[in-house]
Amino acid sequence: MKTTLILAGQEIRDGLRNRWIVALSLLLAGFSLSLTFLGSAPSGTLGASPLLITVVSLSSLSIVLLPLIGLMLSYDAVVGEIERGTMLLLLSYPVARWQVMAGKFLGHIAILIFATVFGYGSAGIVAALSGDGFLNDAGIAFARMTGSSILLGSAFLAIGYLISTCVRERATAGGLAIATWIFFVLIYDTALLALLVDQGEAIAGGIFHTILLLNPTDAYRLFNLGGFDNISALSGTIGMMADVDLPVWILLVVQAAWVILPLGLASLIFRRKDI
Amino acid sequence: MIDTALRFDHVVKAYDGKTVLDDISIQIPAGDIVALVGHNGAGKTTMMKLLLGLIRPSQGRVLVLGTDPAGPDGAGAKRKLGFLPETVAFQQAMTGREILNFFARLKRAPLACNTNLLQQVGLADAADRRVKTYSKGMRQRLGLAQALLGSPKVLLLDEPTTGLDPALRQQFYSLLSELKGQGVTVLLSSHALSELESRIDKVAIMNAGRLMACGTLTDLRIAAHAPVRIRVRTRNGRAAEVADQLAGADIKQVNGQAIEFRCPAEDKMALVRRISELGIDIEDMEIDMPGLDQLYAHYRDEAHP
Repeated sequence: MKTTLILAGQEIRDGLRNRWIVALSLLLAGFSLSLTFLGSAPSGTLGASPLLITVVSLSSLSIVLLPLIGLMLSYDAVVGEIERGTMLLLLSYPVARWQVMAGKFLGHIAILIFATVFGYGSAGIVAALSGDGFLNDAGIAFARMTGSSILLGSAFLAIGYLISTCVRERATAGGLAIATWIFFVLIYDTALLALLVDQGEAIAGGIFHTILLLNPTDAYRLFNLGGFDNISALSGTIGMMADVDLPVWILLVVQAAWVILPLGLASLIFRRKDI
Repeated sequence: MIDTALRFDHVVKAYDGKTVLDDISIQIPAGDIVALVGHNGAGKTTMMKLLLGLIRPSQGRVLVLGTDPAGPDGAGAKRKLGFLPETVAFQQAMTGREILNFFARLKRAPLACNTNLLQQVGLADAADRRVKTYSKGMRQRLGLAQALLGSPKVLLLDEPTTGLDPALRQQFYSLLSELKGQGVTVLLSSHALSELESRIDKVAIMNAGRLMACGTLTDLRIAAHAPVRIRVRTRNGRAAEVADQLAGADIKQVNGQAIEFRCPAEDKMALVRRISELGIDIEDMEIDMPGLDQLYAHYRDEAHP
């Protein structure tokens, strides 16, 4: 355990030194604050809580940004260290390979948590101050959204490690990371929509649910935008999921599985890899 | 007390059907300094990786201080082991001291010794600068410092002198004899053959994945029948006469003044006695023992006749 923490600490120190943590926190804060200020204009007429509007807009931001951040943090983690030669030296120490993987994961999650809590938190505080504060349904929704955003980022961290352990060159890992992001964030839903339009009648509800759960960003979307009636009403854009009514625990299990399975698979592959 | 520090038993290693190590058996006693000599791709780095437990042998077994480095007790063996990779690389954004502290923590070595260690490799002034700003030689020295963390019992050094200038090389060699005094086992691979000769106990010569020879320089000279060269300078241009008197010996070159003989190592003394019997005709005599360079060339040629 101690070894894993030492490795995680080194990852965090590296993140501080490379300005990754500062850059990510400012990026998320910048985006979410501007969304909050832009979102406060129509809220007056709708009479909705500013914090609730922030939850909706930040959820959409998370779906685009956190997968990208997760992949960018992790795609280089294994293949990059092997290529630079630092992995060879690290593994000559009394360190098990699963500890290397776990240490990197913990370190990267800490970076992700800090950046998300700082970035979204600043927007949340602004929204809460201009509304009814945190201690209400909107506050709970905000906390759920922040937590599941971290979970979403972690899932893509894990996918990034899987990419990083499977390939032989950094450039390949970078390309695959971008392709993964484009697939899950941009193509998947569009393709699903096209499928529904084309033969919506033929697809049974169960299959449709399964297809949605096979994409961590959709599980995230359902978890955050479907959970509250107010939010469902505010986020008209996801109409196609309006009648999806999956229990919250399934959505959480699916999101957790998207973290655990790629990470476990990456550890297995890393264990057998010749350095 | 384990007498054999490093041990290969009929080790074969193949990658994708290509054999990189072919039936290697070698035992390195504790406290020996052994040089692993061979061309690039001869299998030296693969042997080091096997000793580190980074890869497993396809056949046979590897033992470090009596344990399998890739086995469940490998971590214990690795704690007593220091390694310097061929091209050493560190996280660029960290300072030398931070990197040494990180590795010391992983090895459970006391951090208090690190300042001393940095001084020992001549990096005391650069300790708090980022590694990004280090020259190749400085990185190599930091690599050496991390290999020495926690007073290892076994050191594996892959090309330790590359990137070091002559003064630093001398410093490295004196460090080597210091380590020998402490009973540390050292396995090092190098291209600087002639510099190594006087500082090592044994040589292992590798060629295309096979161990061609292993032993002390004296053993190898005799086994290889590598000729000793004796150069004689004669008085007053009497070279031809001297050569006549020594007929039967292998005379390599004659000019007016000098003669060069070649003889097997075991016949050296007999020839020297015959030469000295010639008395005042001989002005000077030089004996040239075959060096590591020649021995290496001999075994390489033997593999590719």
